Amino acid sequence: MFPPLPNPSTTETAPRFSEKDLIRRSASTVPAPEQQLTEVAKLIDVSKCIGCKACQTACIEWNDTHPEVGVFAGAFENPPDLTPDMFTLMRYSEWDNPETNELEWLIRKDGCMHCADPGCLKACPAPGAIVQYSNGIVDFVHENCIGCGYCIKGCPFNIPRISKVDHTAYKCTLCSDRVAVGQGPACAKACPTQAIVFGTKDEMKGWAAKRVEDLKSRGFANAGLYDPPGVGGTHVMYVLHHADQPELYSGLPKEPRISPLVEAWKGVTKYAGLTVLGVAAGVGLLHHLIMGPNRVTEADEERAEELTEGDSHARR
Amino acid sequence: MPADDLKPNEQIHPGKPVIVDRYTIGARINHWITAASLILLALSGLAMFHPSLFFLSGLFGGGQFTRFIHPWIGVVLFFSFLGLFLRFWKANLWRRDDGTWLARFRDVLANHEDNVPEVGKYNAGQKLVFWSMSVLIVILISSGLVAWDQYFSQYTTIDQKRLAILVHSIAAVAIIGVWIVHFYSAIWVRGTISAMTRGRVTGGWAWRHHRKWLRELVTRSSKGTGSSGQKPAK
Ligand code: HEM
Ligand code: SF4
Ligand code: SF4
Repeated sequence: MFPPLPNPSTTETAPRFSEKDLIRRSASTVPAPEQQLTEVAKLIDVSKCIGCKACQTACIEWNDTHPEVGVFAGAFENPPDLTPDMFTLMRYSEWDNPETNELEWLIRKDGCMHCADPGCLKACPAPGAIVQYSNGIVDFVHENCIGCGYCIKGCPFNIPRISKVDHTAYKCTLCSDRVAVGQGPACAKACPTQAIVFGTKDEMKGWAAKRVEDLKSRGFANAGLYDPPGVGGTHVMYVLHHADQPELYSGLPKEPRISPLVEAWKGVTKYAGLTVLGVAAGVGLLHHLIMGPNRVTEADEERAEELTEGDSHARR
Repeated sequence: MPADDLKPNEQIHPGKPVIVDRYTIGARINHWITAASLILLALSGLAMFHPSLFFLSGLFGGGQFTRFIHPWIGVVLFFSFLGLFLRFWKANLWRRDDGTWLARFRDVLANHEDNVPEVGKYNAGQKLVFWSMSVLIVILISSGLVAWDQYFSQYTTIDQKRLAILVHSIAAVAIIGVWIVHFYSAIWVRGTISAMTRGRVTGGWAWRHHRKWLRELVTRSSKGTGSSGQKPAK
């Protein structure tokens, strides 16, 4: 068993990280932080999950969101998708394993992966609406958010959701407010089977290695850790029994990375675009300085008068 | 030879100088609504285009309102430009002389307009501006609707949205470029602005820049009185 998270202390504690620890801030630059915090991570062991949704409930409770009472859509998912009020969602898929001929119930807790290279932050146009701390947490700052939905286009995992109430984007915060005072995320605290554990990224990798070894010994030859390098690794990781086929788990992407369309939009388009416009304005200015205005001359006016007079003579 | 689709409102008033009506009041209002929307769109769009321009959102009372209003101005621009399109498309059809004019564009830039073919209501440059704006506005409104998260997020996949926003930003850069050309021509060629403000230009302006158009107007007005004579002006 992984050592459980301690209960909160009753004395006031100073936050362990703050603005000073930002390594990225959307649409702006930040000075390199003086210290590098230890990277944290949440490890979700899919093989241990019983699908009880305690984590979902704890998330609602801690973040004080108020999801609508839903309808039964014939599936275990409830609500059917992430919403601005539901930052994490248990997704259930049934899979006929062709090798064993057995039905497997693959349950995955969906939510923000806290990417080391976050596509949401790259896409965001509003200064400071998305921030990344040196401990790996990617957080949305609502008062800076303009509700444009660019983060949705940037995210390789389809995570952010825009609220129809305050028109800002919401997603899992990795309980940054709890982590700041030495607590783990609410979901990890609530999980009855320790399918969710929280600690430093190194600890989690070590713990995951043990879990993978155990799974392999039980016949899951392809068991492995999901920490996708395409986004620089994540601070929410999965232990999967079929790590060679992450898509089985309700479409977890096999090789997630920031879409090349987003890279082009946020990269070459910006620089080339501003250059083109600058050059166009510059050429205009230069042309005017060299050639001067194109003025109608007295002679032009006279020609026009002759032409129209010729006409009025003809009329007489 | 009623070639260049003369409009009934385009009347010649002899005098010193000659005055030629070029745009009706309707066309001018239509034009300035379009112009205002394109400029507001450019400012609000550029605020979201590049961090160094985010300050432009201040002109619209902050990022949230900028995000909200930008697409609505786009809707206004679309319909307003549609009005301009319906008014002007015929006069902007490409003709054989336009190729020649374009081939001698250097002479135009060098203020040697005498070396290029006589121009009808619009020259090839204006026609290119007209058609590129038409095409770009269609691209912008369609990609813009896909990116309009508030109302249309559920109708497209995320990959379609990514493509749409990329296309939208490239088309936006292009149309601002076209606008720079349009704006510069209007101020470089002196005497042009009054076409869109007071609706009229001087005969000399028409002689210098749109001689074929002027000749056609003269011919039409003489025909109107039954005369057959078309006067070559030299
Ligand atoms: C504030 C900046 C602008 C100025 C000073 C300006 C000025 C003018 C002038 C003087 C004309 C008459 C040209 C002529 O009759 O030969 C004109 C025509 C026209 N303008 Fe603008 N304009 C501006 C912005 C815009 C914008 C933003 C659009 C559209 C998005 C636009 C679309 C047109 C069109 C379609 C015509 C008809 C002429 C043609 O077909 O080439 N203008 N403008
Ligand atoms: S909606 Fe997303 S991309 Fe847009 S400002 Fe808010 S956080 Fe940034
Ligand atoms: S999973 Fe999506 S929302 Fe979360 S950090 Fe990565 S890109 Fe951002």
